[in-house]
Amino acid sequence: MNADGSQEPLEVPVNINLSLMEVLRAGGYPIAGTCGGIALCATCAVDILSGNEQLSPAGDQELDMLDLLPQSTSATRLGCQLRLRPEMDGMVFRITPAG
Amino acid sequence: MEEQRENIETDICVVGAGPVGLFAVFEAGLLKMRCQLIDALPQVGGQLSEIYPHKPIYDIPGYPQILGQELVDRLMEQIAPFRPGFTLGERVETINRNDDGSLTLMTNEHSTINCKVLVIAGGLGCFEPRKPAIDGLTEFEGKGVAYLVRNPEVFRDRNVVLAGGGDSALDWTIFLADIAAKVTLVHRGDTFRGAPDSAEKVFALAKGGKIDLLLQAHVSALHGDGRLQELSILTPQSPVARIAADHFIPLFGLTPKLGPIAEWGLAITQSAIPVKPEDYSTNLDAVYAIGDINTYPGKLKLILCGFHEAALAMQSAFKYIYPAEKLNFKYTTVYGINTF
Ligand SMILES: Cc1cc2nc3c(=O)[nH]c(=O)nc-3n(C[C@H](O)[C@H](O)[C@H](O)COP(=O)(O)OP(=O)(O)OC[C@H]3O[C@@H](n4cnc5c(N)ncnc54)[C@H](O)[C@@H]3O)c2cc1C
Ligand code: FES
Repeated sequence: MNADGSQEPLEVPVNINLSLMEVLRAGGYPIAGTCGGIALCATCAVDILSGNEQLSPAGDQELDMLDLLPQSTSATRLGCQLRLRPEMDGMVFRITPAG
Repeated sequence: MEEQRENIETDICVVGAGPVGLFAVFEAGLLKMRCQLIDALPQVGGQLSEIYPHKPIYDIPGYPQILGQELVDRLMEQIAPFRPGFTLGERVETINRNDDGSLTLMTNEHSTINCKVLVIAGGLGCFEPRKPAIDGLTEFEGKGVAYLVRNPEVFRDRNVVLAGGGDSALDWTIFLADIAAKVTLVHRGDTFRGAPDSAEKVFALAKGGKIDLLLQAHVSALHGDGRLQELSILTPQSPVARIAADHFIPLFGLTPKLGPIAEWGLAITQSAIPVKPEDYSTNLDAVYAIGDINTYPGKLKLILCGFHEAALAMQSAFKYIYPAEKLNFKYTTVYGINTF
């Protein structure tokens, strides 16, 4: 979902073994991913607007980083910790502004 | 008139004390050029000290493995003989060109640095505090809102509210509990994953009535007449409660932002400064950009590559400052390290 509330579909092959952060970054979306995906910077946060139940729960290191995001909710995740899987089809998310 | 903190004269001013800025000081020192290093952070080391001090790095020649902070400590040891000046905890805001071609930099704390050559080693930009979306937050900056604790004495006998769930929120809550009249910690979750020892201490302080702990809570708005007086808090129990506060300290870590560098008249593409790969000079005379902040065909954002760029940029800076002198390149094994 874009800042103005419009939605943009994102099509990705499922067998490329990339994270959501990597795919978004490659697609030119404004997501920093400063630490390159090792859950050390929290600049890749996304808010899951629908489909949260499809995701496996966050690990300790991811939760530590989410604690540093003032706006994070139970539906905020680190894009770099979400490997793309077929189950994620249809998920709606927004890049967290303060990420 | 605003108070001026420092007025420094130097050959080379290095903006950014990350690994690449630190190594540039070494390369400049070998050529007997004096350096002043400036960093917005209170400590040197850039990303290594700020993001990954305890992470091992494997691609530094000569070190099969070295921790981020250890590499910074080694770089500091390596440049110590050249006695560079340090202006830490200050962000360079503006650069101005003087009639003789030299440059004057001004920081947010009103220090000025006059230099012949400027080296921008600003990495990902300035690390700035993450600011939560709270009504009135920026309005009360400096009037009750602070994003870091510089001098704890400011909070003596005052009513302080902290927000956050990381280590610094826990550490400052514990520390200020003994200093402030009242400390409240507001945290969005109901557990802390910071150091278990600190989390336990915070829970014990709350149980003993030494601090107020508001869990699953958010600060939603700030109120006051010129200065902060009250905060609105959202908790599951009460949608909006107002509590009194003289100070509010949101502690949500730091995030890098390009910041003032974008305003200095440099050509900038995608948050990076395009440079000439032969000497890493920018579109501005006597201004170089090295490390993560620059871009050129084939650029790799690695410490190793930043070191190489620092060496070439400093050779070019020498030729700029001393056009008449022949740069007689010798290895350091020949020269030794001649300090000032
Ligand atoms: C998690 C992680 C792991 C990494 N691992 C490796 C690795 O194994 N090997 C490797 O080679 N690289 C690694 N990197 C990349 C490496 O950290 C960077 O390439 C390196 O830090 C760049 O150094 P730098 O000196 O250019 O910038 P930085 O380290 O970003 O330092 C720039 C400094 O400039 C300051 N600054 C910016 N603007 C201003 C201003 N206007 N006024 C004052 N100060 C300012 C900032 O506060 C900052 O301290 C890693 C990066 C991350 C995040
Ligand atoms: S890219 Fe740094 S935490 Fe995800």
